[in-house]
Amino acid sequence: MTVLSKFATGTGLAAALLAGSVTAASAFTACQVTDTGGIDDAGFNQTAWKGVQDAIEAHGIEGRFLESQAESDYEANLNSLMGGGCDVIVTVGFLMGDATAAAAKANPDQKFSIVDFAYDPAIPNVIGQVFATEQAAFLAGYLAAGMTETGVLGTFGGINIPPVTVFMDGMVHGANYYNEKHGTDVTVLGWNPETKEGLFTGNFDSLDDGRAFAQNLYDEGADIVMPVAGPVGLGSAALADELGTDELKIIGVDADQALTDPEKAHVYLTSVLKRMDSTVQEVIEAAMNDTFEGGVIVGTLENDGVSLAPYHTFEGAVPAELQAELDEIKAGIIDGSIKIGM
Amino acid sequence: MSDLSSINEQMRSLLARTARGRSEFEDLVVVPVFAVVVALIFGMLVMLATGVDIATIGKSFVALAKGSLGSVNALSETLTAAIPLVLAGLGLGLGFRAGLFNIGAEGQVLLGGTAAVIFGFTFHSLPFAVLMPLSLLAGAIVGGLYAAIAGALKAATGAHEVITTIMLNLISFKLLDYLLRQPYIQKEGRADPISKSVPDAAQLPRLLDWLDPNLRLHAGLFVMLAAVVLVWWILFRSKIGFAFRASGENPHAARYAGMKSGLVIVAAMGTAGALAGLAGASQVLGVLGRASPGFSADIGFDAIAVALLGRSHPLGILFAGILFGGLEAGGRQMQVDAGVSIDLIAIIQALIIVFIAAPLLVRAIFPWGFARKSKGGSEV
Repeated sequence: MTVLSKFATGTGLAAALLAGSVTAASAFTACQVTDTGGIDDAGFNQTAWKGVQDAIEAHGIEGRFLESQAESDYEANLNSLMGGGCDVIVTVGFLMGDATAAAAKANPDQKFSIVDFAYDPAIPNVIGQVFATEQAAFLAGYLAAGMTETGVLGTFGGINIPPVTVFMDGMVHGANYYNEKHGTDVTVLGWNPETKEGLFTGNFDSLDDGRAFAQNLYDEGADIVMPVAGPVGLGSAALADELGTDELKIIGVDADQALTDPEKAHVYLTSVLKRMDSTVQEVIEAAMNDTFEGGVIVGTLENDGVSLAPYHTFEGAVPAELQAELDEIKAGIIDGSIKIGM
Repeated sequence: MSDLSSINEQMRSLLARTARGRSEFEDLVVVPVFAVVVALIFGMLVMLATGVDIATIGKSFVALAKGSLGSVNALSETLTAAIPLVLAGLGLGLGFRAGLFNIGAEGQVLLGGTAAVIFGFTFHSLPFAVLMPLSLLAGAIVGGLYAAIAGALKAATGAHEVITTIMLNLISFKLLDYLLRQPYIQKEGRADPISKSVPDAAQLPRLLDWLDPNLRLHAGLFVMLAAVVLVWWILFRSKIGFAFRASGENPHAARYAGMKSGLVIVAAMGTAGALAGLAGASQVLGVLGRASPGFSADIGFDAIAVALLGRSHPLGILFAGILFGGLEAGGRQMQVDAGVSIDLIAIIQALIIVFIAAPLLVRAIFPWGFARKSKGGSEV
C-alpha cells in the first residue's frame, strides 16, 4: 500500500510535470529533500511535501523530491539537486541542518529553506521554518489529562533533538497544568522536561519500535500515548487498533493523522498539527515573487502555524467543559497570560 | 614421435584441469554479468507491476545511467559510494576465502569510523601528514580488534561466527549511541547523539574540488586501490594468505598440514575487521566529517553482497563495489528525474544477489552464454 501510494505520488508528479509544461510560462521548480522517514510517512515529511504539492496546484510550478535513506545521504542528495534546475530547495528536518548550511554557503546563488532549523546568524540564502510546537502540544497534554481514565499518559520520541522533544515538553506541561487546575495527579511517562531524558526509539522509520514502545507504556498503565517519531507512530496506532480505543488512544503529530492514516483513523484522539505545508508554500511563493530573504518563519498558535486537529470519532467523547477550558487556554497562550513551562 | 604427442596431449589436459580456464571465467564474469542484466529486467517488471508507465520506466533507466556515469559529478558520486563498499567487501571476501562468514562488517564499520573520529579530534594539533594516516590506522585497528573478538570466540569455544558477529553488530549500535552522548565525544551544544567534527588535518582531501566544490570524491580512492592490491597479495602471494585459503577449503587438511587453525581464524577475522574499520574511517574522514547513529548506512551489509558478487576476488570486489556505487548514485538521479522510488534500487540489488547465489538459474535462462557440458561431463 505504501509502495503503491509512493508510485501514485510519482505518477501524479509526472502528470503535474506535463501539465506544467503545457501551461508553459512556469519554469519554476521547487525541490525537496526528505528526512529518513520517507515521503509517505503520514506525518512529518508528507506534510512538508504537501506544501510543494499545494504550490504545484496553485501556481502550476514543477516539484521534485528526493528521499534520504540514511543520514549519510543528506549531502549526496543535496548535491544531486545542485546542477541547476531547482529554483528553491527545501530540506526537511533538524538533522539536515549542517548539510544544508554547508550547501548554502558553497552555493550562495541557490535559494534554500529548511524545516525545523534556525541559523544564528542567519544565512542570506536560507529561510528557516520553525514552530512553537509546545503551544499546540500543551493543549494536547491538557486534553489527554482530561480524558485519561488510568491517570497515566505516555510519550516517546525518535531522537533526542529539540524539534522532537518540544512536543514532549508541551505535553508534560499541559498535563501538569491540568493537575494544577483540577487537583488531579495525572503522570506522563517517557519524558522528563527538567533532565531532558526520556524514551527514544533512536530512529524515524521502525514501525516495530513504535509498536513495542507503545506496548511498554500501555503495560505501565498509560491509556493515551503520543509518539513523536514520524512513521514510527503508525506502529503504535496499529497496537491501539488491536487493543481497542478504550484501552489505548494515540495522539498524532505533525499532520492530522486521522486523515493521513485513514485505516486507523478511529484510534487518534487528536493530532498536534505543525503546518509545515503552509510554511513551505509560503517560502516557495516568496522565491517565486522575488521576496525571498534569508531568516526565520515561526509558526505559532496565533498564526495557525501550529494547532490541535479535530477530534473526529472522539468528537462526542470530549466533555463540553473540557473543550471550554481548552479554548480559554488557547486564548491565554496567544495573549501571553499563560506561559508554558513556568 | 607419436608417444611424445600423446604425452603432450595428456599434459595439456592435465594443465587444463588445474587452470580451469573457461569454467572459472564463467563463474567469475559471465554469471555476475547476466545476474545484473536479469535483475535490471526484473526491476523493470516490478515497475510495470506497480503501475509505472513505459515512458517513465525508460526515463528512469536513462536517469540511472546518467546519474552513475553520465557526468563528472556522476562518476565522482559513483566512486565515492564505492570506496567504503569495496574496502568492507575486501574484508568480507577475505573472510569468505578463509571459510568465515562474517556478518559483522556493519559493527566494525561503525566502531572503526568512530575510533577515527575520536582519534582525529583528540590529536587535532598534529599536522595533516601524521594525523590523517594515523586516524585511518586507528579506525583499522579498532575494527580489526572488534572482529577479532568473534574470531577468538570461534577459535577458543567453537562459537559460530555468524551468530557472534550478528550479536556484536547489535552491541556496536548501542555502544555507539552511548559513546556519542559522552561529553568528551558529543558535539558541544547538542542534546542528540552526534560527535564533534573531524578537524581539517584529519580529513581525506577531496580530489576534484578545484573543478567544482560539490564534487565529493576523496583520497579514500587511493586507500581503496591500495587495499585491493594488498588483499590480492595477502591472499595469493603470502604465506598467511595460503593458510587462510587452505583452512577455508578444508580446515582438517590445513590442520594436518601443521597450520594453527585458531591463529588463522583470529588473524583472518582481524584482517577482515581492519578493512571494514578502514571503510568506516574513510567514510567519516572523507565524506561525513563526524559520527552520528547509523552513519554506516548499511555499508557493512551491502558489502556482503559486493563480496559475493565479486566472487571474493579482490578485482571482482572492486568492480562489484563500483557497480553498487553506481546503482546508488544513479538511483538518486532516477528519483529526481523520473520520480521513481529509490527503493527500486534496493530491489535490483537484492535480485542481483539472488541470481548470483543461484548460478544454475542464470545458466537456465541464458544457456547460450555458457559452454555446454558434453556427455562425458568434462568441458568442451
